[in-house]
Amino acid sequence: MKDDIAIKVHDLHKSFDLAENKSTSIKQLLINVGKENKKYRQKVLDGIDFEIKKGEFFGIVGRNGSGKSTLLKILAGVYTPDSGTVELNGNLTPFIELGVGFNSELSGHDNVYLSASLLGYPRKVVDGMYDEIVNFAELHEHMDKKLKNYSSGMQVRLAFSIAIKAKNDILIFDEVLAVGDEAFQQKCMRIFEEYRRTGQTVVLVTHSMDTVRDLCTRAMLIDNGKITHIGSVESVTERYSDLNTDKEGAQEKALKLAQKTKYSQFVIKPPVKTVYLPNEELTLHVSWKGKFDPDKHIIGVAIIRSDGEYVFGSNSKNMVLTHAEITCNIELDIGIGRYSVTVAMLDKSGAMIDKKEDAFSFRVIDDGRVDVGGSSRLKYVYEEDKI
Amino acid sequence: MRYFSVKNRSILREMVSADFKVRYQNSVLGYLWSVLRPLFLFAILYVVFTYVFKVGKGVPHYPVYLLLGILTWTFFTESTFVGMSSVVAKGDLIRKISIPRYLTVLSSAMSAIINLGINLVVLLVFAYFNGVEPTWRWVLLPLVFVELFVFSTALAFFLSALYVKFRDLTYIWEVLIQGGFYATPILYPLTRIPVNLRPYLFINPMAQIVQDARYVFVTQSTITVWKISTLLGLIPIGIVLLVIIFSTIYFKKQAKWFAENI
Repeated sequence: MKDDIAIKVHDLHKSFDLAENKSTSIKQLLINVGKENKKYRQKVLDGIDFEIKKGEFFGIVGRNGSGKSTLLKILAGVYTPDSGTVELNGNLTPFIELGVGFNSELSGHDNVYLSASLLGYPRKVVDGMYDEIVNFAELHEHMDKKLKNYSSGMQVRLAFSIAIKAKNDILIFDEVLAVGDEAFQQKCMRIFEEYRRTGQTVVLVTHSMDTVRDLCTRAMLIDNGKITHIGSVESVTERYSDLNTDKEGAQEKALKLAQKTKYSQFVIKPPVKTVYLPNEELTLHVSWKGKFDPDKHIIGVAIIRSDGEYVFGSNSKNMVLTHAEITCNIELDIGIGRYSVTVAMLDKSGAMIDKKEDAFSFRVIDDGRVDVGGSSRLKYVYEEDKI
Repeated sequence: MRYFSVKNRSILREMVSADFKVRYQNSVLGYLWSVLRPLFLFAILYVVFTYVFKVGKGVPHYPVYLLLGILTWTFFTESTFVGMSSVVAKGDLIRKISIPRYLTVLSSAMSAIINLGINLVVLLVFAYFNGVEPTWRWVLLPLVFVELFVFSTALAFFLSALYVKFRDLTYIWEVLIQGGFYATPILYPLTRIPVNLRPYLFINPMAQIVQDARYVFVTQSTITVWKISTLLGLIPIGIVLLVIIFSTIYFKKQAKWFAENI
């Protein structure tokens, strides 16, 4: 296996036994003697073949029952495949669930050691990361309490802290983001963002396209146990929504496709960063392949919030452009939330010539400031009046 | 495959210590329970078989003789029962992480060993007050217990893998254990059994183990399989070996599918 490959999966097949009257007791076994037992095997994975490079943040997406979780469990070594191979370059820690092995009768302290040892960290290693885990979970004074006396939020915090502090060559997460409140998810996002920046190899299984768009460097779409598509995040998310619109009816799909292909000679070079703090700067390279007329054409860039609110718009009206290539810097003086960028080409009269919606999407996360809130970050000054 | 890598040893230790803490911290009498249970059984059986049926007559140090038999049998029962359900009981782990499956069985076996250790301390106290003379043969006792441990753990491996598929196995094993208790010379000394029947009782490895333990610890007058014939002694030893081999193969084969079968 080449050095830069982290995971290599070759021709993986997996099916589950769904026998009509599978005996689950010796009594049943004896009753069923002589009866013809129809065997049903459900094929869950059907020839999966892919490679994940070191340092990739790899997303596996698919609808419910597509086989993505089964694939993950095979990668984690929980399931044995019927045939095919999984080669790992380095050690792997799976987080199929947070707080694996937690025992509610034990203290928080004991649970950290138990859970970490089950994830493959010997006692000495846990000794070294124990303080960090407790710090991150902010549970200092509770570590001697039994886990059953923790609130569910505290349990999740402890479990997540173990997951975060547990370093390994390859990390696997299954829908971990599905638990916890908004604040917790923000914390997750920040950590994942850091993983991506530092080149940690991560495999993330999810059916949230937003998560994939925000975090992944490459992704794979699975449907009916087969790889439908593997490649850039944009291409995978596009196909995933196609897959779902299948159900909405062919007509609608055709309409959407027509809209998509009709326009857009825009080429966007999106920034690597997809998670921002308020006041950070977003940099976007926009170019347009259409026939550009400097006297007539104007480029516009808009920011739209996930609920559809038109947050901000700008254009090149007070510039003299010779060609349709710009670098756009926007200081994000906006509140926490999920946003997308729409770019458009207009003529001087304001008529739309070309438009690309969702050219880039990003998140603004909590920067911990307690003195401000709301959907924008206006500058403000308070002065105490003299009495 | 490194069976006892640092990782695996660490998992084993944490599982055993978690088991131990959970089992004992919530009961008023704490650790005493694991001692009291066999002691109560011993007290009842001692009264019944010394004063009512008088089977213990003529056996030197009969109380210690009886207690050692009971402790041995208690260990066998506990480690096979707890071991049998160990894989299913840890199903939550097995479905989510890839820890070596044998560790779940081994951790329950370790817990049983701890109990046996505590009980042996009680046995020593009894032996002291009953006037059992220490001999050099006592050093052989651990050897007998190694055989006991290996035999019951091997059975536990087989049973735990089978239990994943057949959940009524506990009832069946309960019946077999009941029968085994009477087929093994625990309450009655072998002198009460007709000479021509004795060899048949020794097919059972537990009979060989219990009698050997008594021979080395309590009194040399104990009838062991080796006194009858060395060749006959190879039968229980052979059975233990067969159980080890068969259990290992079966467990290894089944362990791959535990996660989806549980």
